[in-house]
Amino acid sequence: MSKQILSPLPGTFYSKPAPDQPQFKSVGDAVAVGDVIGLIEVMKSFHEVVADQAGTITAFAAEDEEPVMAGQALIELS
Amino acid sequence: MINVLKPGLSTTVQDLGRPGYYHIGIPTSGGMDTLSLAAANLLVGNDAGAAVLEVVFLGPELEFTADAMVAVTGADLPPKVDGVEQAGWTAFRVNKGQVLSFGYLKKGARAYIAVSGGIDVPVVLGSRSTYTLGALGGYLGRKLAAGDVLPVGASAADGEGRAVPYHLRRMPGAPAELRMLPGLYWHRITEEAGATFFEDTWKVAPEADRIGYRFKAGRPLDFVPRTPPFGAGSDPSNIVDACYPYGSVQVPSGTEPIVLHRDAVSGGGYMMIGTVVSADMDLIGQLQPHTPTRFVKVTMDQAIFARADRRNTLRAIAAALA
Repeated sequence: MSKQILSPLPGTFYSKPAPDQPQFKSVGDAVAVGDVIGLIEVMKSFHEVVADQAGTITAFAAEDEEPVMAGQALIELS
Repeated sequence: MINVLKPGLSTTVQDLGRPGYYHIGIPTSGGMDTLSLAAANLLVGNDAGAAVLEVVFLGPELEFTADAMVAVTGADLPPKVDGVEQAGWTAFRVNKGQVLSFGYLKKGARAYIAVSGGIDVPVVLGSRSTYTLGALGGYLGRKLAAGDVLPVGASAADGEGRAVPYHLRRMPGAPAELRMLPGLYWHRITEEAGATFFEDTWKVAPEADRIGYRFKAGRPLDFVPRTPPFGAGSDPSNIVDACYPYGSVQVPSGTEPIVLHRDAVSGGGYMMIGTVVSADMDLIGQLQPHTPTRFVKVTMDQAIFARADRRNTLRAIAAALA
């Protein structure tokens, strides 16, 4: 069954901790509960998105620097 | 009392604000959407101006140590009592020991949690509102943190099931439309820029907050050439320092309009091309980042009519809940 990690906030999604650094997670990576999978920028600050489920990443549902809504899927897990 | 288990993103105590001190640099503060704030209070039997919790985007988790009547208005942020979803804009009971939590935000930006008896933090300069930049009012002058304990006033805690009629739940449309009265410095931009400002659909910038709402994606505004007056900076958007009204729209360098809101600074050196009518300041409080927004030009008469219309909406809510 497919699982998703959802954005808790509306804002801008970042899949990297900084522009010159690698992604927090890539397709095929294992994710454990509590892992940081990205950042959401809103109201002049960055908020970590923490995985609330474990699995293996099958796809990103949101692109780096893409505007997202609260409750929108960011990552698909298997 | 209420135990804060999780604070949410930026949850603050707010009431109708702290007017009367803006001239000495203390902003009005208070709820960004005071119509929803007042409605939440009326639902639980409080005075319209009792202190509530203003929640932005992400709900807190709150444990109640006494029975209370609670209502959540404004943004569609589904409230849950011990995990059971409750209706918005409706009074529901939370019993001693139960936990109020929230689902994902579905619509809007700010929800108001009113608790019967009101959040009983000390009154500072006539208000319980939090001004976080000045560390003034509210709960220790700051947003809530896990482990905080909120005092709650005494109440009868009745009125369960009362709801605000749907047509009185005011939220922005799509695109959001903000009525604006052109102001003192309108003459600084060209006629063409004045036209494109109202034609363009702008988008809420992610940095928009209680201080001001910034908008992007419209065409830059061109200025009428001038020799800067003594005391003004060299940027064409600079003016000799002036007072900034609540709701004023400044456009630094002509690129991104900023509407000053409840926690704004009271003066500075950017020209303001106009002011969003007071009736529509509530709507700004409900705009998420990236929301398409248009400014709609109005006259002073239309602005005054809009203010009366908003007052009538609040009266209709009070009458429906009486």
